[in-house]
Amino acid sequence: MTGSVDLRVGIDVGGTNTDAVVLDVSDRVLAKAKTPTTSDTQEGVSAVLDSVVRAPNVSLDRITHVMLGTTHATNAVLERHGLYRVAVVRVAGPASHSIPPLFDWPADLRSTVLAGKVIVDGGSELSGQELAEFGRGELARFLDDLGEEVDAVAITGVFSPVAPDHELAAEEVVGEVLGDIPVSLSHGIGALGLLERENACVLNAALLGVANRIVNGLTQALVAQGIEAQVFIAQNDGTLMGLDYVLRNPVLTIGSGPANSMRGAAFLTGVTDALVVDVGGTSTDVGVMSRGYPRESSAPVDIGGVRTNFRMPDLVSVALGGGTIVRRGGDGLAVGPTSVGYRIGEEAIVFGGSTSTLTDAAVWAGRAAIGDPSRLVGKDDELEEALVVADQRLADVIDAVKTSKADVPLVAVGGGSILVPDAIPGVSVVQRPENYDVANAIGAAIASVSGQVDRVYKLGENSREEALRQASEAARMEAVAAGADPGTTEIVELEEVPMAYLTEPVVRIRAKAAGNLGIQ
Amino acid sequence: MNEPPRRLGPDELADLAVGCTVLAGGGGGDPRVGLLMALHAVAEAGPVPLVDLDDLDPEGLVLPSGMIGAPTVMVEKIPNGAESRVIRSALEARLGRAVVAMMCLEMGGINGVLPVAWAADAGLPLVDGDLMGRAFPEVQMCTPHLYDIPAWPCAIADERLQVVTYETRDNVWLERLVRNTVSTLGGCACSSLYPMTVEVARTPTIRGTVSAAIAVGEAIRTAPDDPFDSLAEVLPLRSLLVGKVVDVERRTEGGFVRGSATIEGTAEDQGRVLDIEFQNENLVAIEDGEVLATVPDIITLLDSYTAHGIVTEHIRYGQRVMVAVFPAPTQWTSDRGLAVVGPRVFGYDVDYRPCHPSQ
Repeated sequence: MTGSVDLRVGIDVGGTNTDAVVLDVSDRVLAKAKTPTTSDTQEGVSAVLDSVVRAPNVSLDRITHVMLGTTHATNAVLERHGLYRVAVVRVAGPASHSIPPLFDWPADLRSTVLAGKVIVDGGSELSGQELAEFGRGELARFLDDLGEEVDAVAITGVFSPVAPDHELAAEEVVGEVLGDIPVSLSHGIGALGLLERENACVLNAALLGVANRIVNGLTQALVAQGIEAQVFIAQNDGTLMGLDYVLRNPVLTIGSGPANSMRGAAFLTGVTDALVVDVGGTSTDVGVMSRGYPRESSAPVDIGGVRTNFRMPDLVSVALGGGTIVRRGGDGLAVGPTSVGYRIGEEAIVFGGSTSTLTDAAVWAGRAAIGDPSRLVGKDDELEEALVVADQRLADVIDAVKTSKADVPLVAVGGGSILVPDAIPGVSVVQRPENYDVANAIGAAIASVSGQVDRVYKLGENSREEALRQASEAARMEAVAAGADPGTTEIVELEEVPMAYLTEPVVRIRAKAAGNLGIQ
Repeated sequence: MNEPPRRLGPDELADLAVGCTVLAGGGGGDPRVGLLMALHAVAEAGPVPLVDLDDLDPEGLVLPSGMIGAPTVMVEKIPNGAESRVIRSALEARLGRAVVAMMCLEMGGINGVLPVAWAADAGLPLVDGDLMGRAFPEVQMCTPHLYDIPAWPCAIADERLQVVTYETRDNVWLERLVRNTVSTLGGCACSSLYPMTVEVARTPTIRGTVSAAIAVGEAIRTAPDDPFDSLAEVLPLRSLLVGKVVDVERRTEGGFVRGSATIEGTAEDQGRVLDIEFQNENLVAIEDGEVLATVPDIITLLDSYTAHGIVTEHIRYGQRVMVAVFPAPTQWTSDRGLAVVGPRVFGYDVDYRPCHPSQ
């Protein structure tokens, strides 16, 4: 492979559509395409690649990088489909017996994923001191007694973000007893909070098969097209990870879609601090972009009913989209939540169909010039009322995510963004960039590569500055390990939280570094 | 007033946990770990009867209990589950009486729900009451202290089921010794303090606080419209300001996280700015140099969307909140009470001024 960057392909596999864009080295969009999403990665990616590589100014051999964002992992969890069966190992005894692993999971997901669970002695104290001697024999016996149907093992130790030793020791035992089986270790995945980190770790292990299918499907699609490129997958903070990293950390792909659309919105407008509204066919996500990156939620995030504590864009979603159905019934006018989805091109009235949708309302109000507005005659009352309802709902979610009372700019992206009115309370200006309909694929294509650490430091031994320096360096190394160019990798987030009720000063530091694509 | 629930099952526990976020005044940690422990214990052993002190054998022992130390450690190093058993045996042996009920040390944060797990495990009822009526950071900030009832003999235990019992000179020494032991044990431990006979407990105990917290959670959960309206129906609520967190600053001082949050008014409160100062719990609310509310009244930041209380370690920039004040239990607003938990105890040179006309 050559060491230079030429053409980059960004692909976004969404719930309804798979989008792709080709960018040149000056970030100009050379080609874009939209195809229906398929359940099989290879098929969908092949189809969309087929369209973009046919563009006149794109030649296959100039494609040096391919970036993929996908909802496959999210859907696998939501649909309880294609998940690995996981043996759940907690290294925490004698602590934590009061709450067994997966205790608060939805029963159907638990029975799909859980192949067996155990709490063995071990783990660390906050100080890094051993909590208890590692229960090696106990773990070996548990693994020996497991049935046939185990696809992966998830290992979570108390305070492993402080001292991962016993998680690593447990991984060794798993290798000795079960041989070559995929293992997820919690300290590489989540932050402090044993149960939430364990949940994220178990979900991660359950998704390892999905990760294999994504990576293989993408690789095969590229081979079939004759594309030899360096390949990255988008993660939920709007940055990229290499394929070997995604094979180990598939849970980090969950939430990458909204992150990509925000990064794409920042890129398309040049605005780094704004609200971003991404309107699809069925739903709308509203998030906050700060310094060009999505603001992350500090509250725990539920995925498929499971509470986790890893990084996710802080979003508010509402069931409003271009395909949202407007219907007058006994209780008056109903706007959604049902949608015609990808059938918008046939079902909306302006496109010759017979279902009133918000796209029809937007056309009626002159917000978009598409389809045949003359077909809307006689629908005025219904469409006007629907638009008032939709505008109010949108105004409410926008108000909910705003962080300052000053008016802020808003960037509208996504295929359904014609719904967004020009005047919204609290919004200074609504920007509608060119290529708004493929913002998320662009977001994937322009993303940087990041690494993050979340660790606890005792300030008795280190000065505060030394702790911050160590955390920053660790984050930088994580980013470089994930594929970032060391020369451009810098700290983009640094947060410290002192811990309460302890006699000596202890601080928890979260650091994130990001850099440009590494050159091999 | 509704009849208080007689048994604490999963539904009551969920409401209780929400109520504890509201009554915590920002302290006591996120109740979630306590809630999961209680849900697990109740799933194993069945619901816990909720009883009034007057319905118990006057000669029996009640054990006010809770976790002690850093809630942020406890979310990582979760208890074994049997700590309370070894504490109970130690105190029963020392005092020569049987424990007839468990009680919450405080009605806020983790400790408003955690003792339910221990009651379920022991097959004992839980007293409808506690010793703070909210959350406070120190051992002597419990109502029995006002009546010269000592906190000792008392016991703490860790997940290794090691028990340490204390016989100290006074509650201030006890606080020092316990805090050092807890640090050695890794930052958090389980405890039972102020063991009392039912008869003795009748005077200091703030009654009915468990059912009150459940009523708060239930009002919020079942609110037909605005949860704040429903909340105000079950608890005297005064809103100081509705707005947005625009700044948070925290520092560690003497084992506590002290700091402040700045909240800018929105909508009707546009143009106003309120500062909240906290030491684990929210202590004072100040506007333009004027103190609007102080401890021991309960100052809680309530999430504008859910009406759930926000613990001080989770306050972050951009949150939309109501700064609400609830009246302190009357035992704390007496001169003796204010000498233990008034604003001057926390270093503020101001007098306590009741926040509510009803006080």
